[in-house]
Amino acid sequence: MSAGVLDPVRVDQGSGDGTGPLAVRTEGLTKRFRSGQVAVDGLALRVPRGAVYGFLGPNGSGKTTTIRMLLGLVRPTSGRAWLLDQPMPDAGAAVLPRVGALVEGPAFQPYLSGRANLDRLSAVDATADPRTAARRRDEALERVGLGAAADKRFRQYSLGMKQRLGLAAALLQPRELLVLDEPTNGLDPQGTREVRHLVRELADAGTTVLVSSHLLAEIEQVCSHVGIMSRGHLVLQGDRAVLAGRGQATVSVTTTTGHVGAAARVLRGLGLDEPVVDGLRLDAPVDGLAPEDVSAALVHADVPLVGFEVRRPSLEQVFVELTGEGFDVAR
Amino acid sequence: MSHAEVMVEAPVQARGSFGRLLRSELRLVLGRRRNVVLLAGLAAVPLLLGLVLFLTRDSALGEEGPGFVGKVTENGIFLVVASIFVCLPFLLPLTIGIASGDAVAGEASAGTLRYLLVVPVTRTRLLVVKALAALAFAGSAVLAIAVVGLVAGAAFFGLHDVVLLSGDTVPLGVGAVRIAGVVAYVALSMTGLVAVGLFFSTLTEVPVGAMAATVVTAIVSGVLDTLPALSAIHPGLLTHHWLDFAEFLRITPDWQVVAGGLAVQAAWVAVFSTLAWARFTTADVSS
Repeated sequence: MSAGVLDPVRVDQGSGDGTGPLAVRTEGLTKRFRSGQVAVDGLALRVPRGAVYGFLGPNGSGKTTTIRMLLGLVRPTSGRAWLLDQPMPDAGAAVLPRVGALVEGPAFQPYLSGRANLDRLSAVDATADPRTAARRRDEALERVGLGAAADKRFRQYSLGMKQRLGLAAALLQPRELLVLDEPTNGLDPQGTREVRHLVRELADAGTTVLVSSHLLAEIEQVCSHVGIMSRGHLVLQGDRAVLAGRGQATVSVTTTTGHVGAAARVLRGLGLDEPVVDGLRLDAPVDGLAPEDVSAALVHADVPLVGFEVRRPSLEQVFVELTGEGFDVAR
Repeated sequence: MSHAEVMVEAPVQARGSFGRLLRSELRLVLGRRRNVVLLAGLAAVPLLLGLVLFLTRDSALGEEGPGFVGKVTENGIFLVVASIFVCLPFLLPLTIGIASGDAVAGEASAGTLRYLLVVPVTRTRLLVVKALAALAFAGSAVLAIAVVGLVAGAAFFGLHDVVLLSGDTVPLGVGAVRIAGVVAYVALSMTGLVAVGLFFSTLTEVPVGAMAATVVTAIVSGVLDTLPALSAIHPGLLTHHWLDFAEFLRITPDWQVVAGGLAVQAAWVAVFSTLAWARFTTADVSS
């Protein structure tokens, strides 16, 4: 892949061709608050069915407002949204039973136990079969590892346990789509790993997962697709390959004493920029050139290769490049 | 990555889903410790009042209010009426204001509102269930006073044939029906306040604010009702007809007065439940 730096406002069409079935789609989705602040501006979200879509951006970049609009909690100022091909918020009653959601942290009745809280949500769900409610509730609790703490009051739960109960609520019914807003918030590394594992497991079973985070590293490993928000805009969207192709790759060549000059000549001969030499190592951007051609040319010129490495910018570097912000920076 | 698609069956509403939701909400509201304490506080009023009257054997309150308070020592059944009379100006509105003001704002402040709505439940259905639960709580509050008043009155003073305000005496059975009429009228008189509380509850994410606004509404209405200069608006005030429960203690109740009082409540319910609905079904849930 030899894509140069894309125009940051260009948005890739979903799974590549843009024609596959989408679990989430928005057109020009915009939210302007009464204060005049534009939280979300002209969003065109494309979450293909079956994807694990990492919805990334710093705190305050508009992720949660977007998720609230998708779920019908907040009315867009303009633009439209579809969940599982159904228009939101109009089709909410029909489509939301197929969607599990964790929105901006878990929230339950503090004086009820975890089990009683799930029972309450089950009672609210007009589509839930009351005969299977107890079994589904216990399965969900087990699945998130809360079986032993099910009868404790929610108030007494640790932050991690609260987060798990939120996930259990999202898993009360079989879902086609899960929308998880910051699901790893407050979890320790072990809990974070478990959430990743759960997301992967659900995705392998075919559930589409839209997972938001301001901490890239926590979800980077499970995402098949990524969308990056910055200041209310979607600055990048696409599958991982699109991201991998962003930014310039760099070759790093390590040779033996006495061959640094020859190596530099070969690299220059290939039309690369002047390599940066650091001892026996030479770094040069391989703009528009396949790395294997570089190594072949070096070998052809009898340059001993001790090391040959192609480095691509990490997603985090791409993010910083796009937004000029770190991941943890609030607006 | 498997791209197999999960197709969940198109959701169908299970039968009796509204009943399940309502039962769950009633359990939540009536089982909540704070609300139980509020009811217990109201129930303590007839106990204390009965005890004071029993110990002093003369009614300090006898000269106030419509005659029946002085009759408590003669007939325990009047403890029901006397207790309601004592609670009406403040304690009952306070209790009901807390419960109805909390209905939606409490869920918003706890963040649970967003999770109820994405389950999903339509906003209209949720509001109806919230209203019914708040009404049930208001009814329970009046009933708590009445039941404890009856039991305490019977224990302290015994139950006898009932002397009505007009001086006529009716058998205990008939008198009990009249007292039941008083209780029902007072309970229905609280519906307007519940609707006001529900409306305030949809305006804010701060439950205490909605509670206070509701209680203040009842108090301000009571104050305005005492200003002769405003006599033109008195008939429409929320609290103006609350004391008309006395009609049930006359030998022939004036049903027009009773109907008039209930009509005013119905108007308050209509206006404020419509406002609550209009607000709640369009508001952004950002808590």
